Formats: sequence, structure tokens, C-alpha cells
Amino acid sequence: MLLFIPHIVEIAGSASMGMLLLAVALATWRLLRGPDLADRVVALEMITLLLIALIGVYAVRTGIDAVLPVAIVIGLIAFLGTVAFARYLMRRKA
Amino acid sequence: MITDILIAFLLLGGSAFALVAALGIVRLPDFYMRMHAATKASAFGLVLIFAGAALYFGDLLVLLEILLIVFFVYVTAPIAAHLIGRAAYHMNVPLWEETQVDELRPRIEESEAEIESGNASAAAAPDDPAD
Repeated sequence: MLLFIPHIVEIAGSASMGMLLLAVALATWRLLRGPDLADRVVALEMITLLLIALIGVYAVRTGIDAVLPVAIVIGLIAFLGTVAFARYLMRRKA
Repeated sequence: MITDILIAFLLLGGSAFALVAALGIVRLPDFYMRMHAATKASAFGLVLIFAGAALYFGDLLVLLEILLIVFFVYVTAPIAAHLIGRAAYHMNVPLWEETQVDELRPRIEESEAEIESGNASAAAAPDDPAD
């Protein structure tokens, strides 16, 4: 048990990357299946949130902090995309 | 040592929240519940993961970047969810068949009736001095 402790951050980083990838796979299933366009938009938004989380884990796992601004940019683009989709859905209904 | 354990705990806790959110988006019965799972739980998991990253780097500049990410996600995720939920409701995305209370439907019908009657009176009196 004590043997794990020197590598605990590495192990936890790999494990959480695996869990996040599994979450991305589940969200992708919802993205493909629908059944409504709104479901797909929400699944896409969740995949981008998971991608931002993956960037955080990646930064810890590799020790490279230069990838963190990428997370800011992805967050901005994801928000704009979701707002655009919401407006498109509202307009399509009218 | 203690910091390492805390970082590991935060990373695993954050991914566990994200995984539960993903389970929610697969398993919950209607769109509105899925939206609720996807936005809230995964935003919180993201905050835990970035708290772990901030502890790991222990650097002021990195901390500022992480605060920016967390602040941005926490401001935008609810707005985006609100907009999508609103658009979906107006598109008549079905609610779960066992839903008990829908407080929005009577309000929408009320305001639609108001608009309808407003248009009707405007059409009935074309030489209204108001326009």
C-alpha cells in the first residue's frame, strides 16, 4: 500500500483520464442517438466540458502548464457554439 | 506527501463527478433531466479537477489561469443550459410522461392569449389613433 504513495499523483492522473474518456464515450453515445436535436447539443456541450477537464488532467500528468490557456479558448468557443445552437433552435421553431 | 494525496483525491473525485454526469446523460428519461445532469455535475467535476491542478503547480500565474477557467465555466455553463432548455421547451421537446408539475405551460398560454387578443383588437380597429 505504501509503495503506491510516491506515484499517487501519476496513478490518479491516469485513472481519472480513463474515467473522463469513458464519460466522453457515454456522451458520444447520446450525441449519436439523439433522439432530439436539443439532446445532441447538450451532449456536445458536455463533451467540451469533459475535454476541458481532460486538459486539466493532462497538465497535471505531464507537468506542462502551457496547455491551460487552451482550456480557456475551448470554453469560450463551446459557449458561443451553444448560444448559436439555441438561437438556431428558437428560430427554426418560429 | 499530504498535498500529493489531496491532489490525487481531487483528480479522482472530479472525474467521478464527470462519470456520474455521463451516466446521467445516458440513463435519465427526458431531455430536461439529462441537461440538468450534464451541465451541473460535469461543471462541478471540472472545478475539482482544476483545484487539484492548482495545488499541483502551486504557482500564482497558473492559479490565475485556473481561476479564469473556473470562473468562465461557472458563468457560461448555466447560461448555455438555460438557453438550450428554453429553446427545447419552445420546440415542444417532450417532458417525461410521469412529470407532475409544469409551471411554464399555463404562463406561455396566458401570454399567447394576450398577444392574440392584442392583435385581434388592432385588426378590429384599423384607424386606432394609437398607431
